[in-house]
Amino acid sequence: MNAVEYAKPQSIDDAIRALNNAPAGARVLAGGTDLLVQLRAGHVRPPVIVDLKGIAELRRIEVTATGFRIGAAVAGAELGEHAQFAAEWPGVTEAFHLIGSTQIQGRATMGGNLCNASPAADSVPALIAAGARCVIVGASGTREVAVEEVVSGPGKTTLAKGEFISEFLIARRQAHSGDAYLRFIPRTEMDIAVASAGVCLTLDDKGLCTAARVSLGAVAPTALLVADCAKALIGTSLDDAALAKLAAAASAACAPINDKRGTIEFRTKVAGVLARRAATIAAQRARGN
Amino acid sequence: MGNEKEALKAGIEQGTYKWVGTRPIRPDGADKVTGRAAFGADLDLPGMVTGTVLRSPHAHARIRSIDTSAARALPGVLAVVTGADFPELPNEVAAGGEAPINFRHISENVIARAKVLYDGHAVAAVAATSAEIAAEALSRIKVDYEVLPHVIDVLDAMREDAPVLHEGLITNGVEPAPTKASNIAGRVEFAMGDVAQGFAEAEIIIERSYTTAAVHQGYIEPHACVASVTADGAATIWCSSQGQFMVREFCSKVLSMDIGNIRVTPAEIGGGFGGKTTVYLEPLAVALAQRSGRPVHMVMTRSEVFRASGPTSGTHVHIKLGAKRDGSFVAGEMELKYQAGAFPGSPAFLGGMTGFSCYEIPHAKAVCWDVVSNRPKCAAYRAPGAPMASFGVESAIDELAQQLNMDPLELRLKNAAKTGTRTIYGPKFLEIGYAETLQAAKAHPHWSAPLGPNQGRGIASGFWFNIGGQSSAAVHVNENGSVSVVTGNPDIGGSRASMAIMAAEVLGMDLDQVKPVIGDTGQIAYSFLTGGSRVTFATGMAVVQAAENVVEQLRQRAAKLWKIDVEHVIWRDGAAHCTKADEAARAPLSLAEIAHQAGRTGGPISGGVSINAAGAGPGFGTHICDVEVDPETGGVKVLRYTAIQDVGRAIHPSYVEGQLQGGAVQGIGWALNEEYVYDAKGRLQNAGFLDYRMPVCSDLPMIDTVLVEVPNPAHPYGVRGVGEVPIVPPLAAVANAVSRAAGLRMTDLPLSPPRLLAAIDGAKAAG
Repeated sequence: MNAVEYAKPQSIDDAIRALNNAPAGARVLAGGTDLLVQLRAGHVRPPVIVDLKGIAELRRIEVTATGFRIGAAVAGAELGEHAQFAAEWPGVTEAFHLIGSTQIQGRATMGGNLCNASPAADSVPALIAAGARCVIVGASGTREVAVEEVVSGPGKTTLAKGEFISEFLIARRQAHSGDAYLRFIPRTEMDIAVASAGVCLTLDDKGLCTAARVSLGAVAPTALLVADCAKALIGTSLDDAALAKLAAAASAACAPINDKRGTIEFRTKVAGVLARRAATIAAQRARGN
Repeated sequence: MGNEKEALKAGIEQGTYKWVGTRPIRPDGADKVTGRAAFGADLDLPGMVTGTVLRSPHAHARIRSIDTSAARALPGVLAVVTGADFPELPNEVAAGGEAPINFRHISENVIARAKVLYDGHAVAAVAATSAEIAAEALSRIKVDYEVLPHVIDVLDAMREDAPVLHEGLITNGVEPAPTKASNIAGRVEFAMGDVAQGFAEAEIIIERSYTTAAVHQGYIEPHACVASVTADGAATIWCSSQGQFMVREFCSKVLSMDIGNIRVTPAEIGGGFGGKTTVYLEPLAVALAQRSGRPVHMVMTRSEVFRASGPTSGTHVHIKLGAKRDGSFVAGEMELKYQAGAFPGSPAFLGGMTGFSCYEIPHAKAVCWDVVSNRPKCAAYRAPGAPMASFGVESAIDELAQQLNMDPLELRLKNAAKTGTRTIYGPKFLEIGYAETLQAAKAHPHWSAPLGPNQGRGIASGFWFNIGGQSSAAVHVNENGSVSVVTGNPDIGGSRASMAIMAAEVLGMDLDQVKPVIGDTGQIAYSFLTGGSRVTFATGMAVVQAAENVVEQLRQRAAKLWKIDVEHVIWRDGAAHCTKADEAARAPLSLAEIAHQAGRTGGPISGGVSINAAGAGPGFGTHICDVEVDPETGGVKVLRYTAIQDVGRAIHPSYVEGQLQGGAVQGIGWALNEEYVYDAKGRLQNAGFLDYRMPVCSDLPMIDTVLVEVPNPAHPYGVRGVGEVPIVPPLAAVANAVSRAAGLRMTDLPLSPPRLLAAIDGAKAAG
């Protein structure tokens, strides 16, 4: 009586077709680590589930001279074992690796983490800080958008009916650049971020910050890209004063809620602390390469 | 037998045992690690159908009507029951094993009648041929609710203007009795000496209020059962519980069935911690099986476990402690307000009895309030009621030590209860080992290890009575001389291993020839449930006596074979030896040889014993905890933890250590992050392991343990109960460590990061 139709297309075109032919409420399944839980809890009752794991292009990691192309259905464990990506983007790698447990890592995907549209998704602030973009495919063609433009609110994305993310594009690391991601959870694992921060920095030869992107998670309806945080860092040597300004800017950008996981006051303060600590780690990494 | 008794006594003094105190692999180990052990949900019977429960979405509501017709009309639905299908029971309190029981409340908790009293309260149950059909059937049951104002917090529930849960509830234990119903179910007072005089003599007084949150036992296995009813009305229940006889009794009451018509088979149990000492699904499964004619299988979801079973009380605890400048305690007073959940029966009185019991306090008083509110009915949880009162007392002692500039361990040692110390509840302690745990703590390298910045060390002690009670055991000698040891207590803490060890010790035989079996209610005589840290003590005593009885028979059989008087036969090293002067050269007769010839000497050899064990030895523990506080996030990391306990005698030290570790970890969770979170409508917000934050392995250091052995003279091997004491000290051990690390006295649990950070920032702002 709650029959769900399941499709596992082998190509992007077949997947687009399957989604376009599906009735309203059809869902895309990548790793399924969110969708299947929601299904079991009765929160969603999709008539059709389209599994993307059978599409080869969505399962591969490509390295070119200019960047990485990471299939949207690549599992956390697969990306974690990609030594070159891990070396160039340790922050993104660590963020993705924080999701769930070893078992979850075997299934969970970046595309799923983004499109589940949780404000607390761990990989998202790290991807935003890294300036990642995603390729969105659908019946009306292919488009490319920045990661921060995909989620529009809790559980909501800007993807049109039948669209899905096929891959993520992340640049090769520039000289003197580094990224980092930190989240706060009351435990050490198996938990959801109460607040989080992703930072990506570039330094010049003298150690002055020339570029910065700072993203915060779990402190607003969507992950934030905070321009004032970047401003606080650019042109500085990342001294204590700059880091304090960064923390203040991060806290000022927060618009969180009170819930079972944390209070407004807590999230607001801790987002600043995490931004500062993540910037310190990112700076160390930038100085090291 | 005289020789054997003396040998045992001598053994206690000299510690010379073959099996007691060793660490063999547990008999149930292979099945558990290979996934073969059959837990509550694992039984599959021909024709079995699924039972599910419709639960209240409201914290407090009157049920105007329930229309089940659409559900019944659904193909595949075989039975639907509501409260109307269950007998109304008298509102009377019966004596229970640990605490009084009101079966009317048990029944109304199993399925609501006129009102639902908490989010998750069972309203109806369905049996259907598939889980999907059962779920659809639940959605077709129409319940017309009149939503009523609700109350969650214990202090709010005690207010004059609070919504009243039970219209007829008059506070018990107050003179004169109130004329108006309230949520205050009862008041109990314990006192000794004259506290007014005591506080007048005090040179320093610490007085504070403390709170703890409602927490769940968190057993990994959800409640699960199968019930089958034959055409002639006999019911069989397979379920995971802490007592098959408890399930039989409770089901017979709730269903008004003859106890002789119910047989309960204990499944393997995946954790209970006190939470499986009552029934939730079993009576519903029997009622559905009666109506459907099919075996009915029911398993709670994790959400149901949180919403409708367990937890223990959230509390408000007020402590006043008076001492001399030299640190000697002169007076103590506590007022305990404990949430009972939706029905009376919180363990407040047990908090009152245990809170001060680690110490010599000449003048002491405890006032205990049992308060209902719109939460699930609380269930026993490991040393029920003790951790919360102890948290207050041990925090106050820590603060006293700070104010007197005394070492908190020395302060405890100065006031430690010892043999002859009178308890607030009456009796004087006999042989106890509390001071020995403090001495062991003092000697442990942990106590003197250096601490870094933002780190703090807490120490706290705890007491639990431990109980004895009714237990049965049967020892059957097989034809080849191997032995079955049958008892009636589910094994929740490695008790099979302990039973086998004690039987092998008495019989002097190889341990791998002893097979422990847990019998169903038709296979062994009555045994009170597995709880109160009683099984290794009380059921162990029954096993020892049953084995001694078998030894007596073996001597007689040997005497018969040898055609000599039994007084010339002694039992040693698993064999009969002849002591008759002129026949001493006879070769000993082994257990196997005697068993093999049993048919010639009188038939099978078997000993059954049923006892009401007295003389349970009180247990004391002292825990040391190091934490590091992140002053910018309020995050707490437990760096090092040592649990020290007087265990009497560890029959199997690994499982005793496991008890200490498990209790400590549950207490750490209680102290740091676990809590029931309700929204404004009284609905539970964190009914799952994601947001009900029990510690995970990576949150914890290895919990170090020290077993102090001060034997309990009432047990043949000196056993004291060990399972409950270790959850008593951690709340204060952690809170004292955090308080010292942060330089703040933290009085409210859990010490979650938002709460701790707010306190740190608040103290900074206050300068």
